[in-house]
Amino acid sequence: MIFSFDLLAEALLFGVLLGCFYAAVSIGLSVSFGLLDVPNVAHPAVMVLGSYFTYVLAGYGFDPIVAGVVLMPAFFLLGMLIYRFYYESFERRGTEAGVRGLAFFFGLAFIIEVGLILAFGVDQRSVQAAYIGTSLALGEYRIPYRMLVAFGVALLLTFSLSLYLSKTFIGRAIKAVAQDEPALRLMGANPVRIKQWAFGIATGASALAGAMLIIVGPVEPALDRLYIGRTFCVVVLAGLGSMTGTLGAGLILGVAESIVLMFFGASWAPAVAFGLLLVVLGIRPQGLFGR
Amino acid sequence: MKYWTGAAVLLIAAFAASLSDVNEYFFYAAFVVLQFIVLATAWNILGGYAGYVNFGTAAFFGLGAYTAVLLFKALSAPLAVQIAGAAAMGGLLGFGAGMLTLRLRGIFFAIATVALIFILETVMINWRYLGGATGLQLLRPDVAAPFDSYTRMLFFVMALEAVAAVSVARYIQTSWIGRGLRAIRDTEEAAEASGVPTLRLKLVACTVSGALMGAAGAPMPMYLSFIEPASSFNLLYSVNTLAGAIIGGTAHWAGPLIGALALASLQQIVTVTISNEVNVLVVGVLLVAFVVGAPDGILGLFKRWIRF
Repeated sequence: MIFSFDLLAEALLFGVLLGCFYAAVSIGLSVSFGLLDVPNVAHPAVMVLGSYFTYVLAGYGFDPIVAGVVLMPAFFLLGMLIYRFYYESFERRGTEAGVRGLAFFFGLAFIIEVGLILAFGVDQRSVQAAYIGTSLALGEYRIPYRMLVAFGVALLLTFSLSLYLSKTFIGRAIKAVAQDEPALRLMGANPVRIKQWAFGIATGASALAGAMLIIVGPVEPALDRLYIGRTFCVVVLAGLGSMTGTLGAGLILGVAESIVLMFFGASWAPAVAFGLLLVVLGIRPQGLFGR
Repeated sequence: MKYWTGAAVLLIAAFAASLSDVNEYFFYAAFVVLQFIVLATAWNILGGYAGYVNFGTAAFFGLGAYTAVLLFKALSAPLAVQIAGAAAMGGLLGFGAGMLTLRLRGIFFAIATVALIFILETVMINWRYLGGATGLQLLRPDVAAPFDSYTRMLFFVMALEAVAAVSVARYIQTSWIGRGLRAIRDTEEAAEASGVPTLRLKLVACTVSGALMGAAGAPMPMYLSFIEPASSFNLLYSVNTLAGAIIGGTAHWAGPLIGALALASLQQIVTVTISNEVNVLVVGVLLVAFVVGAPDGILGLFKRWIRF
C-alpha cells in the first residue's frame, strides 16, 4: 500500500464522480423499495436489461444517452406491468407476501439474467460514443469524459425525480402512499394505481441508469449481482425513500470504493458496498438520512 | 419408526449401489442431486419454518468448501474431519447471521445474507494460500476400502449427509422448536409476547441451518479435485436451494426433499440434453410459477387429494 496526498485527492475526485453515478443507479430502487416497500431485488437486473437494449439501439446509430431516454417510456410500461403482477399475485392476497414476494423478484432477476445470456452470450458488451475512451486533462489529473457524462446525467436524474416527488400532485400522492396507505384509501384515493404509476417511474429511471451503466464500462449479464450490493447499500444508507439522502449515500459509497480501489487494489473493491451494507444494517438500519 | 426404517433402507440401498458396477456417471450426477437435498432441507429450517429468507446459501456452501480445503491443505485432514470443520464454520456463520435477525426482518435479512456471499468471495479471492482468484488443484487421497473409486465414496457420504439433514429437519419440525419457529413466522411480536424465546430459537435455526449448508459444501472440492472462488460462491446455489424448497413446499420436512429431488434431477437432464443456461432458466421460471400459482409447492398440490 502506497499512500500519498496526490493519490488521495485523485481517489476523492474519482469517488465523487462514481458516487453520483451510484446514486443514479439506485434512485429507481429508492422509489420502488424505499417508498413503496416492494422488495425489488430484480432492480439491478432490469437496469442491466436497459444496458443491453441501449447496446442494441446504439448498434442502429443512436447515442447511448438518447437511447436511454428513448427506452424510458417502454420501461415505464414494463414497470407498471411488473407491479400489477406483483400486486395481483402477492400484495392483494396479503398473507406471507414477504417470503414469496422476495422469491418472486429473485426468480425474476435470474430469468432476466439467463434471458440476456441466451440472447447475447456471456461476453462483455460496450458502446461507442465521442465521450467514451477520451479524458479531460485537469492539471495532473485525467478525468474520463464518460465519468463526467454519467455524473451530469446522474445529477439531472436525481434532482428531477426529487423535484417531481416534492412539487407535483402525483409526486406528493406517491409520498403520501409511502407514509400512510390506509389513510389514503380512506380519503377515497386508489393507492394501488398510485403505486403502479410510481413503480413505472422507478423502472423508467432504470432504463436511463442502464444506459449510463454501459457508458461507464462494459456490461455482462451477471453484472446485476454486484449491483444488488451497491444499490441496496445506497438505498439503506440513505434512509428508505429519501431522494437527497440517496445522493449523499451514493457519494459515501463512491468515495469509499474509490479509496479502497486506489490503496488496496481492484480485487477488494466488490466487497466495499456489501461490507458497508452489512455495517449499516447491523448498526443503523434506519439509515443516515432516515425519516 | 416407519421413518427410520425407510431411512435405513435408503442408506443400505445407497451403500449397495456404490459397491455395485453401476456406471460412474450415475454417482457423479446423484452426488449433485443429494447435495441439493441437503441444501434445500437446511434452507427450509430457517426459511420455511421461521419465515426468514436466506439468499446466502452460496456463502455457507462456499465457506464449507474452503474450510475443507484449508483443513486438507494445512493438516491433510481426512474427509470426516473436513466435514466436521465445515459444519462448525457454517454454524458459526449462521450464528452470526442469526444475531443480525435481532434487528432485521424480511428483506433486510435477505439482503444481508447476499452480502455475506460477496464478502466471503472477496476474502477468498485475496487469500493466496488457498489459491486466490485462479483456484487450487487438489490431489485426491487414495480411496479407502470397500469403495472402488473416490466418487463412489463421496456419493455415499452425501447420502449420509442427506439422511442426517432430513432427520434433523424432521426432528426440529415435530419438536417444540418447530412449534416456536412457526409462531415466529406467523407473528414474531405475538410469539415473543406469549413467552416463546424468539431470539434463542432463531439462533438455533440459523446455526443448525448454516452448519448443514457448510457440511454440504465440504465434499465439493474433492468431488471436483479443484476449488475456485467464483464457482464456489455462485449465487446459483442460492437460487437452486430456494427454488428446491419452495417448489417442494416449505411447511413440511418432506417438501424440500421432494422439491430438490425433482428439481435437481430435472436439471441434470436439461444440462445434459439442452444446455446449462436453459437449465438456469428452467429453475427461474419454475420458481416464479410455483411462488405465484402454487405457493404451497408440490406438497400443497397433493394435499388437496391426499391427507397425510
